[in-house]
Amino acid sequence: MDKILISGNWACGEAAIRAGCRFYAGYPITPQNELTEYMAEHMRQAENGTFIQAESEIAAVNMVLGASAAGARAMTSSSSPGISLKQEGISALAADELPAVIVNMMRGGPGLGNILPSQGDYYQATRGGGHGDYRTIVLAPASVQELADLTMEAFDLADAYRNPVMILGDGMTGQMMEPVVFGKPRPRRYSEKYVLKGCGAGKSRFVRGLILDALRMEEHNWKLVRKYNVIAQKEVRFETFRTDNAKLVIIAYGIAARIAKGAINRLRDSGYRVGLIRPITLWPFPAQILRDTAERIGNFLVFEMSTGQMLDDVKLALDGRARVSFYGRPGGVVPTPAELAKAIVQEYQR
Amino acid sequence: MKKVFARPTSLKDTPFHYCAGCGHSITHRLICDAVDQLGIRGITIGVPPAGCAVLAYNYFDFDMLEAPHGRGCAVATGIKRTLPDRVVFSYQGDGDLAAIGTAETFHAANRGENITVIFINNAVYGMTGGQMAPTTLLGMTSTTSPPGRSAPLDGHPIRMSEILARLDGTAYIERCAVNSPQNILRAGRAIRKAFQYQMDGAGFTLIEVLSQCPTNWKMTAAESCRWVDEVMAKTFPVGVIKDIGKGEKHAD
Repeated sequence: MDKILISGNWACGEAAIRAGCRFYAGYPITPQNELTEYMAEHMRQAENGTFIQAESEIAAVNMVLGASAAGARAMTSSSSPGISLKQEGISALAADELPAVIVNMMRGGPGLGNILPSQGDYYQATRGGGHGDYRTIVLAPASVQELADLTMEAFDLADAYRNPVMILGDGMTGQMMEPVVFGKPRPRRYSEKYVLKGCGAGKSRFVRGLILDALRMEEHNWKLVRKYNVIAQKEVRFETFRTDNAKLVIIAYGIAARIAKGAINRLRDSGYRVGLIRPITLWPFPAQILRDTAERIGNFLVFEMSTGQMLDDVKLALDGRARVSFYGRPGGVVPTPAELAKAIVQEYQR
Repeated sequence: MKKVFARPTSLKDTPFHYCAGCGHSITHRLICDAVDQLGIRGITIGVPPAGCAVLAYNYFDFDMLEAPHGRGCAVATGIKRTLPDRVVFSYQGDGDLAAIGTAETFHAANRGENITVIFINNAVYGMTGGQMAPTTLLGMTSTTSPPGRSAPLDGHPIRMSEILARLDGTAYIERCAVNSPQNILRAGRAIRKAFQYQMDGAGFTLIEVLSQCPTNWKMTAAESCRWVDEVMAKTFPVGVIKDIGKGEKHAD
């Protein structure tokens, strides 16, 4: 396999095409433009590949809804403000039980915010984001290689659970260049019976989220919950890093976890026993590994490039079993490992 | 004895939930007539809207995919680009098409998406209870324009068909009505022609249907049919608005 140097946004697009994505609709927004541009150049060269520059993020996600129902592996991408606009469509995808991959290269917010790397959309991503009772599988890559790998996996997960999957990166994951070896995509396993392609001589079908009867709507809600429970049981992914004999464990995801690893390596060299748990799936959240770790380690530090959102999930998971502190830099500030190390040392002494 | 009229086979044998005198049920039947006549039931995919026709899939006996409010043309675009040999149409009301979904409609038309839109114009938001629509006539009362629509305060009724006809991507646009036997026959022909254009790859086609809403217009069914001719058609004249000619493949 060839190793190439490639930006995150390009790697995401290339991985999607290799995974069999044949429908992409997007709308320009920084810092994910390179992904849309990559798709513009390469999607139409793929067999039966469709690229549409949509009139808005809303239109893009609804085109994806149509393409997904019609049987295409479909994807859209954006960055924070654009992802807010896509929530209507993500909610509809979840209601209709349609697979789709949505990429969010997060930037500073709220509002227009700025175009710098940030992690302020954790709540939005992991709580569904749009209206109604639903969940989106959320994958958080910490390197360009992992972004490529998780993009391929996102399509498989979306198909397996017929549910939208979000890749939650940030301006840095999207725009930095790293060496990547593209993995081999798995062949698609998605039953034709879910594809709306005209009823032929058979019975007509409809795909919809509207269920006016309260009891039937409730049953649909519980049916979705049963599916989410299976996902929560089977699809949790995380990485542990140098947690052996640690006295303090950092919880960080995405690019923040990369910074944390730098800080941990530096501190370990100076004799500090610190480690990292890195959630790879943000929903389902890896709560069990936190609880297991809390049986031997009593000091946790959550580090996010936000004012503290995953912090809630860590506290819920630990439920008072350990001390939890927080260090955050929102607004597009990317702290250095040295800065984070200082913050860690302060909590380490307590 | 010769049978001259029958329920279309692609229309389910289900009583309509629409109000007495409503234009939706007539238009549904016309669509199914066209689908039957063209023999395309098995390759047709419809996109129902939010609004009174949200339950259209209870009546149309071919595949359907619900669109969020206003997004019919975007959803239809996704289907059609994925399955180019299917006949794809979006069924939308005036609020859906000309207010919340203006951008999706306008840009699908401008891209010349090879889809058909059936645009129900009844000058009012029906399902939500009679609010002012983008197509509400000047002076017309509604629950959100109680003294009557005022141009300086509420803006003017939008003639979407005329606006869309100016776009290079549109192939065929006609405004019809379903308030008289003659108009119903004409609307049926227009819908069939639009589907035929789509099958020939002509580009974006749209049939606007002036559709009586006796309930929200607070009229009898007969009064509402007369009102379409005497009042509504003055602002929205029926007729062919654009026709590039059958079978001219729209440029990529």
